[in-house]
Amino acid sequence: MVDIGVAEVIPPAEVEDVELYHPKSWVTKYVFCQDAKVIAIQYSITAISIGLAALVMSWFIRLQLAFPGTFSFITPSNYYQFVTMHGMIMVIYLLTALFLGGFGNYLIPLMVGARDMVFPYVNMLSYWVYLLAVLVLVASFFAPGGPTGAGWTLYPPQAILEGTPGRPWGIILMLASLILFIIGFTMGGLNYVVTVLQGRTRGMTMMRLPLTVWGIFTATILALLAFPALFVASVMMLFDRVLGTSFFMPAIVQAGEHLKYAGGSPILFQHLFWFFGHPEVYIVALPAFGIVSDLISTHARKNIFGYRMMVWALVAIAVLSFIVWGHHMYISGMNPPFGFFFATSTLIIAVPTAIKVYNWVLTLWRGDIHLTVPMLFALGFIVTFVNGGITGLFLGNVIVDVPLSATMFVVAHFHMVMGIAPILVVFGGIYHWYPKITGRMLNERLGQFHFWITFLGAYLIYFPMHYLGFIGVPRRYYELGETAFVPPSAASLNVFITTAALIVGAAQIVFFFNLIWSLSKGKLAGGNPWKATTLEWQTPQTPPGHGNWGKELPVVYRWAYDYSVPGAAQDFLPQNQPPAIQAR
Amino acid sequence: MALAFALVLVLVVVGSVLFHVLSPWWMTPIASNWGYIDGTINLTFWITGAGYVVIILFMAYCVFRFRHQEGRRAAYQPENNKLEWSLGIGTTVAVLALLGPGLFVWYQYIAVPKEASEFEVVGQQWNWSFRLPGKDGRLGTTDPRYISSDNPLGLNPNDPDGQDDLVINGGDLHLALGKPVKVLLRSIDVVHDFYVPEFRAKMDAMPGLVTYFWFTPTRTGTFEVLCAAFCGVGHDAMRGNVVVEKESDYQAWLQKQHTFAELSAHAKKVNLTQESAPVSKTDAALGE
Repeated sequence: MVDIGVAEVIPPAEVEDVELYHPKSWVTKYVFCQDAKVIAIQYSITAISIGLAALVMSWFIRLQLAFPGTFSFITPSNYYQFVTMHGMIMVIYLLTALFLGGFGNYLIPLMVGARDMVFPYVNMLSYWVYLLAVLVLVASFFAPGGPTGAGWTLYPPQAILEGTPGRPWGIILMLASLILFIIGFTMGGLNYVVTVLQGRTRGMTMMRLPLTVWGIFTATILALLAFPALFVASVMMLFDRVLGTSFFMPAIVQAGEHLKYAGGSPILFQHLFWFFGHPEVYIVALPAFGIVSDLISTHARKNIFGYRMMVWALVAIAVLSFIVWGHHMYISGMNPPFGFFFATSTLIIAVPTAIKVYNWVLTLWRGDIHLTVPMLFALGFIVTFVNGGITGLFLGNVIVDVPLSATMFVVAHFHMVMGIAPILVVFGGIYHWYPKITGRMLNERLGQFHFWITFLGAYLIYFPMHYLGFIGVPRRYYELGETAFVPPSAASLNVFITTAALIVGAAQIVFFFNLIWSLSKGKLAGGNPWKATTLEWQTPQTPPGHGNWGKELPVVYRWAYDYSVPGAAQDFLPQNQPPAIQAR
Repeated sequence: MALAFALVLVLVVVGSVLFHVLSPWWMTPIASNWGYIDGTINLTFWITGAGYVVIILFMAYCVFRFRHQEGRRAAYQPENNKLEWSLGIGTTVAVLALLGPGLFVWYQYIAVPKEASEFEVVGQQWNWSFRLPGKDGRLGTTDPRYISSDNPLGLNPNDPDGQDDLVINGGDLHLALGKPVKVLLRSIDVVHDFYVPEFRAKMDAMPGLVTYFWFTPTRTGTFEVLCAAFCGVGHDAMRGNVVVEKESDYQAWLQKQHTFAELSAHAKKVNLTQESAPVSKTDAALGE
């Protein structure tokens, strides 16, 4: 018979709320879990753990630069391996994973008033593939020859040739890990985008979304469109390395030996890499922009100034970020007239970016500023971001880039703007949301101590570093040696920078101690300790249970920034508070 | 707390400006015609620096003036179109003030003057070689296939233009003071970058391509060549020297250099005297 109970598979006319998969065992609750909040914690712990490894590597780099030849375990090979792995881990495996997989997973469903991500199972897979990518990367440290030392940009031909550390296995595992990371991210990223578009609760229009969600949403779209370029480049380079194809490899004579490559284009790799690489900067920056907007608004008890402009600025930056990649290649030998185009598009980005900065500062204007720990970090972000942003105007303006490119000026610039600035937002965000995640406050004294050391220390590391670049000190040098144009005083500057770096790095112990100590000893937070308006603070339980909202989803009546509304009894009106109460 | 924070912000700004003014670290004295580049850097520094100072000081003021106090309530002002647009337009003007001069100088940077004489820089792991065009003023063609221990730069042995090319393998490069030069860059293995900080100009040597830039040396002296594109474990040791000297000294130096033809003849003689030495595979393949 063909008829095998068809009636049973016909769905009911009205589809009820999607049933979430409720965990039935410890394993499905904490390990293979489909709850976005647990996935967020998994992402965050993994990202921060591997990030700590990268932090330790930065110490080795700094030790070598300040005291060349003192530490026998830092050979040239090891040095370049540390440089490469530090950069790659910090940019991709820490910042991208933490902002999107960590903050995105935790905050998107809560902030838009959804029970979970739209595809919880795929969301779970996303984390496990990410973990696999991290493990493959870690494996390269134990493989013969060690991890790749090609620089985080992995430029061919050197990335896959002798003379670069990690040639036997490191580069292969690096590329494999990137490919895995992108697969994992794509599964998560589709979730974030679709949840924002489809999972919003009643009344939550796009223009009522908190800027945190806008930031993560636009960043995820960027990532979904930009990562494929890196994916393709990684696959092609893997072929060049393993199968001997010549996608990126021209005819090469290395150390007198004619290699069996011909006809490929190394500059094509650079185009693909930076087509990904520049949006990547904004994949990290846009979530930070969003989060910092909400931190400033909440702790200044004032609506974010110019909300609509803030949204359009995010969108404008996102679109423009796809047509500026060439500014990483001004001296690569690409067709010189490209310089006009890429310099213009790059400097145009400064306008929406500056508007965001003005609006953050104008939110402080006539506010009621509470200098809580999250607020301190948010304000620290503005300082470092403005500082790092304006040095971007140097490097974006093609002719100014010519002398400064490939010097320590570049290192100082991108650390200030996409290292320190977003990390300060990460800290601010953790101090802000930790009470929701755990039900307890982080210790404020320890938080303040952590802030001052980190903020001032980081500024002391990177501000003077620009001047090494002005002198002309090149980056990615194991040893500067005797170089006539570099004054001996530059060596003492390097010692100073290294000292600051060691202190800032060590001070992070205070933060981790705080995280663990407060878990059981912190002050009880209650549901909404910051008196914030956004939905994640209005959950019936803290920490929120699986499904977030109890029986009924919240209904949204207002935008996310009703702070200090004239006539209202309290200085904040939650998004789900009906207008009738406001009138009273 | 608010006062302390505001003061720290002021200190950060004042400290940064003082550091810039008082610290001994700034660009090395220039030795080329690209003073415009230094000018654009200074212009960028002062325009963006002013923006930085204003924004951070305003922020410091806000943090102190609008600090939380008993009974304070924030203003409620979602938008102010006039203010937002005027700030946006002001920023656009500042950006144009940077971009205009920048693009103007870039136009000069990529427009090589007709009278510029050419020479070639070849990068390989981890040293620099140079080639000058010889009496005919033309560089001969090259191809990686021709590269061998006797012909390290891969000159085409059948190209008459290349016979009188001066090949400088391992020695210093000399340039005549005040004469514009167009630098052609080639790499035979990985990406390198010909970088002399005093010249300001630099460019990658990209395997498979010939890239270029130009400059005019304006100061005599010996300048160190570095590599500015990571090229493997020996990257920091990839050094060379450029000697800028008066025309007469330069001509004297030119006389001492060997042409490609001379070097090839010499190599053949050496090969003949060592008859037992087997001919390498590549040489056989090239039909030499």
